Amino acid sequence: MTLARFACAIPFALLVSACMPNTTSAPAAEPGGPAPLSAEGDFGATLQGALINAKPGDTVVMPAGTFALADSLSLDVDGVTLRGAGQGVTVLDFAQQSGAGEGLLVTSNDVTLTDFTVRDTKGDGIKSKGADRITYKQLTVEWSGEPDETNGAYGVYPVESKDVLVENVTVRGASDAGIYVGQSSNIIVRNSVVEFNVAGIEIENSTGADVYGNIARNNTGGILVFDLPDLPVSGGNATRIYANQIFANNTRNFAPAGNIVAGVPSGTGVIIMANRNVHVFDNAFENNRSAHVLITAYSLPFTDAAYNPLPRDVVIRNNTYSGGGDDPQGILTPLAEALGGTLPPIVWDGVSTWPGATEAQTVNLTIAEAPEVGFLNFGIPSYPLDPAMLAPSPDRPASTPPAEPAAIVLAHVKE
Amino acid sequence: MRAAALLLAALLAGLVSACGLAKGGGPDMGVILAEAPAEKLSAYGLFSDTAAAVPAAGVVPYDLVNPLFSDHAAKHRLVFVPGGETAAYADDDVFAFPVGTVLVKTFAFAPDMRTPQTGEYRVETRLLIHKAAGWVAYPYIWNEDGTEAVYSPIGGKRTIETITPAGAPLTIQYAVPNQNQCKTCHQAGDALSPIGPKARNLNHEGQLEDWVEKGVLDQLPSSAPASAAVYDVSLPLEARARAWLDINCAHCHKPDGSASNSGLVLSATETDPVRIGIGKHPVAAGRGAGTLFQVIVPGAPDRSILAYRMASTEPGVAMPELGRSVPDPEGLALVRDWIAEMEPR
Repeated sequence: MTLARFACAIPFALLVSACMPNTTSAPAAEPGGPAPLSAEGDFGATLQGALINAKPGDTVVMPAGTFALADSLSLDVDGVTLRGAGQGVTVLDFAQQSGAGEGLLVTSNDVTLTDFTVRDTKGDGIKSKGADRITYKQLTVEWSGEPDETNGAYGVYPVESKDVLVENVTVRGASDAGIYVGQSSNIIVRNSVVEFNVAGIEIENSTGADVYGNIARNNTGGILVFDLPDLPVSGGNATRIYANQIFANNTRNFAPAGNIVAGVPSGTGVIIMANRNVHVFDNAFENNRSAHVLITAYSLPFTDAAYNPLPRDVVIRNNTYSGGGDDPQGILTPLAEALGGTLPPIVWDGVSTWPGATEAQTVNLTIAEAPEVGFLNFGIPSYPLDPAMLAPSPDRPASTPPAEPAAIVLAHVKE
Repeated sequence: MRAAALLLAALLAGLVSACGLAKGGGPDMGVILAEAPAEKLSAYGLFSDTAAAVPAAGVVPYDLVNPLFSDHAAKHRLVFVPGGETAAYADDDVFAFPVGTVLVKTFAFAPDMRTPQTGEYRVETRLLIHKAAGWVAYPYIWNEDGTEAVYSPIGGKRTIETITPAGAPLTIQYAVPNQNQCKTCHQAGDALSPIGPKARNLNHEGQLEDWVEKGVLDQLPSSAPASAAVYDVSLPLEARARAWLDINCAHCHKPDGSASNSGLVLSATETDPVRIGIGKHPVAAGRGAGTLFQVIVPGAPDRSILAYRMASTEPGVAMPELGRSVPDPEGLALVRDWIAEMEPR
């Protein structure tokens, strides 16, 4: 497993298809295990009935086939496994959905979702809320066709949960984030593929996340680590992003205006915003046209007195960078124009205070890359942005590197 | 072992009703407290005449100051508290009902909702039962003849053709929620909870005093809170709009509700402007935000996500996301007026 993971981290796009952790096919039923549900009749009603009547410890097995579902599904029984016959083999198609927005909502603990595809939901693909020790594995969530503003927001969406595993999942077409983990703690997102989403993977207002072995390509932004104000859970910290391939995230930003990610410049590899203790290392960045790594403060007004809008204790080290920065988009276009039209691999807004800050703040940004890896500090004193106040500098800031968080251990996963 | 216990409970429940104890004998505590739901609504003994919807002795009709909008459905509510026990009064929270309490809500339509009593037919009845381990929600769907309702945990759809109270023809696919969807709205932390029976929602026309008199409620303070009646134009606009949001939105948009992660809190008791939505940016709304930037933009209902989602019928955009397929036109107008009246900033 470890070997395969690092094979995937070799920074050559050509190798990607050979090691894509995708399109596995599972047996429809294990010997002696539960029989698959009948594919006859109203499958949506059959499946929802099975999810309501399931007992803790049960496995609900879905047969192979593409099933058009008119209503969203929900699971509220602890300890249930929902298993299909494989990604792309069991397909839950929500194109004709009415009623609530998401495809599947999980509100119970110790649930495993595996081996099926969710397609064309009106809202989020699969959401789990307050669902501790959840596993998403070998799943595909996708919206058909070209990236579109009317696609659902999140593909895989665990929120307000402790112990979250997302692995070998593929998400494409989300108009917000493909894999989004919000207001949660103790998280692993690994060996997954995210493409043609606005944000590939987003860790938001969460504590303790390891994001590794993933392929983030052709999104607007590859991997985002954010903290936002005015939410029940904030103070996001302790995330490691490592051994991912993050390339060609140059898709136009198709998020509906008003969403936070609508501000993500097309062509960014990793964005760290207002989060603390974030470590980005051993990743392969390639051909992200705006910048490979963008470190920024939260730029909108807010009233949350407990909120700190600055990125803090960020370490960028030992990544590889190739191409990119040649065509900065969005808010970065005018900023780059003032500097000759291109950007180096690592860009920081330089913001170190905000209206209402009571004391001086230290961002403590560590750039531990080879000397030839370019860096730019825009030297913006604070938001709102005043272009006249830019003080760009290529100098890496002095810092005291914070200790790297320990590897995440999930209560429900045996390694 | 568990299956055997279930079977036994079901057998016992069957025996009890077969013996006729439930027929005309009032609510049947054996059925009410059984581990499994009864197959038929009549088995609970909540009605002395199920077909005619006559409540049994000790089953008390009630209503709310402001009902939740449910596609113009008429609603009929009953409460049963086991003999000799009472619910404990609370100022802001749902009353503390004893184990064995049943809250009954029947959803009905008529061919013309301007005259809802004429030709009314029942579509579904939802029971909230306080079992020993906590509240449970059971949906029952009525047959076409209106003679019996059958336990339907996966919900259902029924085409309704009617004329709205405003006189507009309306055809909808009325959705009876499934058992999990019941929880979406009735969630309170990890448990289920009733929504309606709070002092402020019940406090009109002497209803709370009636509850005390009938032995449903233990006591009343000298002054209990009361929600503003949403369509009483003699009352302040803000109080009416907040009352509408309280009954239509706050069951999810509360700190321990299904929409807690949004940070948007629409309970009448919330006072923080940002938590109510004023100047608040969307978090996970996706295309639900339209192309708008804030939940409430003071003075600008057309730029407020709140009004946009209330007006929508599109899955993934429309709010509330369960329980309606058409907007509440009067509620929408009220909330828009409230936003328009706010001082722009």
